[in-house]
Amino acid sequence: MTRWGMVIDLDKCVACQSCTAACRMENNTPVAGKNQADMGRTILWNEVLPLANSESPDASEMLIPRPCMHCDDPPCVKVCPVQATYRTDEGVVLINYDRCIGCRFCTVACPFQVRYFNWFEPEWPEALKAHLNPDPEVAPRPRGVVEKCTFCVQRLRKARETAQAEGRPFSATDYVPACVETCTAHARYFGDLDDPNSLVSQLAASPRAFRLQEEMGTKPKVYYLKQG
Amino acid sequence: MTSIPSRESELERIVLAPLRRTSKQFYVVLAGLSLVVLLGAAALANQWRLGLGVTGLNRPVYWGVYITNFVFFIGISHAGTLISAILRVTQAEWRRPITRIAEAITFFALIIGMLQVWIDMGRPERIIFPFIFGRFQSPFLWDFTCVGVYFMSSMLYLYLPLVPDLARLRDRMTDAPRWRHWLYTVMSFGWHGNAEQHRRLEIAIGIMAIVIIPVAVSVHTVVSWIFGMTMQPMWHSTILGPYFVVGAIFSGIAMLFLFMTLLRRAWHLELWIGEKQYNYLGILLLVMSAFWGYFTLAEFLTTGYSTITNETAVFHAKLLGEYAPAFWAMVTANLVIPFAVLMRRQGRKPLGTFIAALSVIIGMWIERFLIVAPSLTRPSLGFMPAVYTPSLTEVAITAGSFALFALLFLLFFKVFPAISVWEVEEGQAVEAVRQKARELAHEGAQPALRS
Ligand code: SF4
Ligand code: SF4
Repeated sequence: MTRWGMVIDLDKCVACQSCTAACRMENNTPVAGKNQADMGRTILWNEVLPLANSESPDASEMLIPRPCMHCDDPPCVKVCPVQATYRTDEGVVLINYDRCIGCRFCTVACPFQVRYFNWFEPEWPEALKAHLNPDPEVAPRPRGVVEKCTFCVQRLRKARETAQAEGRPFSATDYVPACVETCTAHARYFGDLDDPNSLVSQLAASPRAFRLQEEMGTKPKVYYLKQG
Repeated sequence: MTSIPSRESELERIVLAPLRRTSKQFYVVLAGLSLVVLLGAAALANQWRLGLGVTGLNRPVYWGVYITNFVFFIGISHAGTLISAILRVTQAEWRRPITRIAEAITFFALIIGMLQVWIDMGRPERIIFPFIFGRFQSPFLWDFTCVGVYFMSSMLYLYLPLVPDLARLRDRMTDAPRWRHWLYTVMSFGWHGNAEQHRRLEIAIGIMAIVIIPVAVSVHTVVSWIFGMTMQPMWHSTILGPYFVVGAIFSGIAMLFLFMTLLRRAWHLELWIGEKQYNYLGILLLVMSAFWGYFTLAEFLTTGYSTITNETAVFHAKLLGEYAPAFWAMVTANLVIPFAVLMRRQGRKPLGTFIAALSVIIGMWIERFLIVAPSLTRPSLGFMPAVYTPSLTEVAITAGSFALFALLFLLFFKVFPAISVWEVEEGQAVEAVRQKARELAHEGAQPALRS
C-alpha cells in the first residue's frame, strides 16, 4: 500500500516561503487581512515557523517549513465527534467540510498547530479572486469549519485520472504537492514511504532525518533532514 | 383528598404565599434579568450572522470563555442532585427544606451548560450531526452521552419528589390562573397520597438517589477528559478527572448557598431554612475548599517541580506570567476567603456564607478559565506565545447565560414551591416520634423521681 510522505532538507531550505505562497494559490486559502492576521487568524496550510533549536548550544532558531504531518496515529482523527476528520488508506488525513461542526476539538488536539479555523466567510481581494483554483475539490471552505494541508489530494486525483486516460498504470512519481513542485531550493521530496526504493523512504532512513515532536508518538509522515 | 387536612398548616401558608402573591420587586428583577438575557441573545444572533470571528479566539487559543462557561455550569449542576442525593442516602434530616432548590439548580445549570457547547460551535446548524455520525472514540461523544443521561435523570429526580406537592397545589390553589391549575393537575398524575402511592414513590426516589451519584461523578469526569485526553501541556494529567469533580461539588455548594439565601430572603422562608442548614452546609463548603486546595497543590507542585519545558511554560504563565493576577485571585477566592469566613461558627450564618459562596463562585469560574486558556497559549510546538482577550460578544453572551440561569430558576419557583412540603412534614413527623421515644425512655429510666 502506498503511504505518502514528505522529506524537507533544512540544509537546502532558504526559508523563502515560496511553498507557503504556492500552497495558498493551489488550495484557495482566504486572505485574512492585517487586523485578522495580527490576531493570529491567518490561514496558511504550510507555514515557515521559527522554532527554538534545542540542539544548538547558542539556542538559535531554526526556520522550519511546517505542513500537516499526516500522522499515522493522528490525535485529530480520534477526537472528532462526527468523523469529519479521517485518514485515507494511503495515510493522508483529510477533512469533510460538509460534516465538520466547527467544535475545534481537533485544533486543540493536534500537537503541531496545523489546523485552521474559518472565523468568517472567506474573502479575497478582487485581483486574487480571478486566480482562484477552479478545481471543485479546493472550492473555498465555508465559514465555521476547520481546514488544513491535504498533501494536495486534488493533484493525486488528477494524476490518477491522467494515468488512466493515457492507459498506463499510476506510479507514485506521477504526483507531488504544490509546495514540493515550487520549492526554489529543491529542499522538498515527496513520495511513497512504503516503497524501499523511493527517494523519500531512503532519505527518511538517513542519520540526518528527524521528525517534529517524535516523543508525542503520533508517527508523523513528514521528515526533516538536520541542518549543518 | 383524605390525606390533606382542610386547613392549611403554617408551612403551607408560608411556602405557597409567593406562588399566590407577586410583589413589585419580582417584576423589577424579572425585567432586569430579561434585559440581560436579551442583550446576550442579540450578541449571539450577531455571532451566528458573522461567524466566530466576533470572539477574541484565535490560533492557537481555539477555546475560551464559552468552553469555560460550559465546564463551569456543568460543575454547578453538581450542586443539587449530588448533594441532595448523598444527603438523602445518608438520611441527613436537615436536608429536607433545601433539596428542591438544590435539584432545580442542577436542572437549570445543565441546560445553560449544554447551551454553551452549541454557542461555541462554528456550525451551530449541524448540532444533530454528533448523534448521526458520532465517533465514540471522541471524548465529546462521551460527554454528550453522560450529560444526556444526567439531564434525564436529574429531571426525573427533580420531578418525582415534586409530585405530592403538585397534588397539594392542585387541591389548595384552586384560585390560581386556569393554565397553572391545569399544569398542577396534569403533572400531579392523579396523586392522592395513599399508602401504596407513597410506597412506590419512596422506592423510585430511593433508586434515583443512588443511581444519580455515579452518573453525576461520571459527568464531570468526562468533561475533564475533553482536556485530559489531548496532549496539551497541563491538560494531559491523570488528576484532572477527580480535580474537576471536586471543583464541581465545591462550586455547586456555593451556588446552592447563593440561591438558597436569595430565595429565603425573597420568599420569606427563614423559618425553614435556618441555622442548621447554614452551619452544616458551611462545614461542607469548607471541607470542599480544603479538598480543592489539596488537589491544586498536588497538581501544581508536581508540574512545577519537573523540568518538562512544555509544562513549566504553562506553569510559569499561571503563577508568575500574565495569568498570575487571575491565579492568585483564584487562590484567595477559593481558599483564603472561605477559610477566613467559615472557620468560625459565627461565619456560618446567612451573611457570612453568602460572601464566602460568592467568592467561591468567582474563584471557580477563574479556575475553569485558567484550565482552558493558558495551556492553549503555550503550545508544545514552541513558537511565539499567544494572547487571548475575550471580546465584548463573549462578555455579553456570558452575562446573558448567567442571567438566563437566574431567570429560569426564579420563574420555576414562582410556579412551584421552593420547599418540598411533604418531605418537611415527614421530617416533622419523624422528629415528633423521636421526641416521644426520648420522653418514654426518660420515663422508663427514672420512674422513682416521677412518683
Ligand atoms: S499534524 Fe495535526 S492535523 Fe496533521 S495529522 Fe497530525 S495531528 Fe492531525
Ligand atoms: S472542528 Fe470539525 S473536524 Fe475538527 S473535531 Fe470538530 S467537527 Fe471534527
